Amino acid sequence: MRKEVIKQVKAFRIFFRSIRDAFKSVVRNFSLSMASILSVTITLIIVSVSIIIAFNVNHATKDIESELNIVVYAKREATEDDIKNLISEIDSNKLVRETEYISKEVQKTNMSQYDDTFKTILNFLDENPLLDSVIVYVKDVKDMSKVAEELREIPNVETVKYGEGTVDEVVDAFDIIEKVTIGIVIALILVTIFLINNTIKLTIYSRRSEIEIMRLVGASNTAIKLPFVFEGLIIGLIGAIIPICITIYGYVIMYNTMKGHLFSEMLKLIKPFNFVFQVSGALLLFGALVGMYGSLRAVRKYLKI
Amino acid sequence: MKFIEFKDVTKTYSNGITACADMSVGIDKGEFVFVIGLTASGKSTFIKMLYREEKPTKGIVAVGGVNVGKLRNRKVYKFRRKIGIVFQDFKLLPNLTAYENVAFALECVGMKNSEIRPKVLKALEIVGLKDKVRSFPKELSGGEQQRVCIARAIVNEPKLLVCDEPTGNLDPKTSKEVMDVISQINKDLGTTVIMATHDKDIVNRMKKRVLVISNGMLVGDYEKGSYKASESV
Repeated sequence: MRKEVIKQVKAFRIFFRSIRDAFKSVVRNFSLSMASILSVTITLIIVSVSIIIAFNVNHATKDIESELNIVVYAKREATEDDIKNLISEIDSNKLVRETEYISKEVQKTNMSQYDDTFKTILNFLDENPLLDSVIVYVKDVKDMSKVAEELREIPNVETVKYGEGTVDEVVDAFDIIEKVTIGIVIALILVTIFLINNTIKLTIYSRRSEIEIMRLVGASNTAIKLPFVFEGLIIGLIGAIIPICITIYGYVIMYNTMKGHLFSEMLKLIKPFNFVFQVSGALLLFGALVGMYGSLRAVRKYLKI
Repeated sequence: MKFIEFKDVTKTYSNGITACADMSVGIDKGEFVFVIGLTASGKSTFIKMLYREEKPTKGIVAVGGVNVGKLRNRKVYKFRRKIGIVFQDFKLLPNLTAYENVAFALECVGMKNSEIRPKVLKALEIVGLKDKVRSFPKELSGGEQQRVCIARAIVNEPKLLVCDEPTGNLDPKTSKEVMDVISQINKDLGTTVIMATHDKDIVNRMKKRVLVISNGMLVGDYEKGSYKASESV
């Protein structure tokens, strides 16, 4: 029992000494640490930019997709009850997210406001020539044509309109854009891991004699590895500082100068808060993990000699 | 059984070179033994097998009752804590001060700081470096670095001190100082010392037991003072 406790106390001492030694080593090997920190900084900036672009592209496409809808026109002879039934039937479709009823009177005022010519023509006619309509938003735009087909089957439906052809093309294009951006982000992250790992490996390579000496003096493998792992952690965290500043300030400034959208009102940017903090957190975590992993791998390699 | 036993030890490297052939020798506790021989005679292999940098291909190497060759890789560090090793190239950690270098041997065992401090200062005092505790290795002379290395080797009070040509990189005057320190440790602490060297002056002057190794074989085992450099190899 007592022996166990002593063992744990010793393990704790070794653990905390490793943290101390890691800081010491970062400071005393300043130029090497700087090289690693800079490589982390540069690659994390690239990762940050690519994440921001990818998320914004996806945000914009999702935004546009959510605006795509199907318009269902009811038959002229349909009564109010018929229309109520019609709406509830559309709502009961599992692929439908939302419906919005627009009566022909509302439609008339809308159109009158939109264009004076319409106004003149509509006022000239005694009867309202328009049809009652229901705007249908689907959960997934890929199902749009399928839903449209299903809606045609419902009684009292005159016509069903959606941007046939164009919508499918847009959806396909967005799909490709989304996949490409995600692919680029993943590729960049892999490249980053590789670059940081290599830099750390080189700095540890130049210190491999230290590992050998520690072994000869009687340090256990864990006691040798720990300081290097903490060193990697410190380097990863320090390396993430500048990218995080750039992310937060850069994105907020960009968002404000561009007034929240890119090129046109249609491409809205993601609101900076909490988005920048989420990206920053990801960068910090990523820097820390890659730093530790890189160090651990490199030490393991040189421990095997 | 003697403190150190070599029993029919053969070591063949993977490139086919036999550095040690059927060697048997015993060393008592508290002895001071020189191991001499030309370069590539197998003297370094002999020394390295003592701290399990090399494993014997055949036979038994036992240090203080431990069969060194049978030690698992994971357990080697525990064994090394019980012996002190002095290297020709000092092998000091370049980014640690003299004090930290010596303390490292105790820190990695998990010892308390309050226990480490007096031990380290005492070890540095024994080697005469009490006023250089804060110096980094690159600020020390060769002899001083070697003495830091000796302090690190003796700080955990080992029963065995293995020295692999400790004076190989030093001039005759500093060599003498370092040898004085080592023989003082042997005398005062009763530490068994095994030292590989090809410095004949030292061997002649110290008048200790001498093992002569040539072509991987033990060709001579001279008792205290009976060895004369002129007879050698």
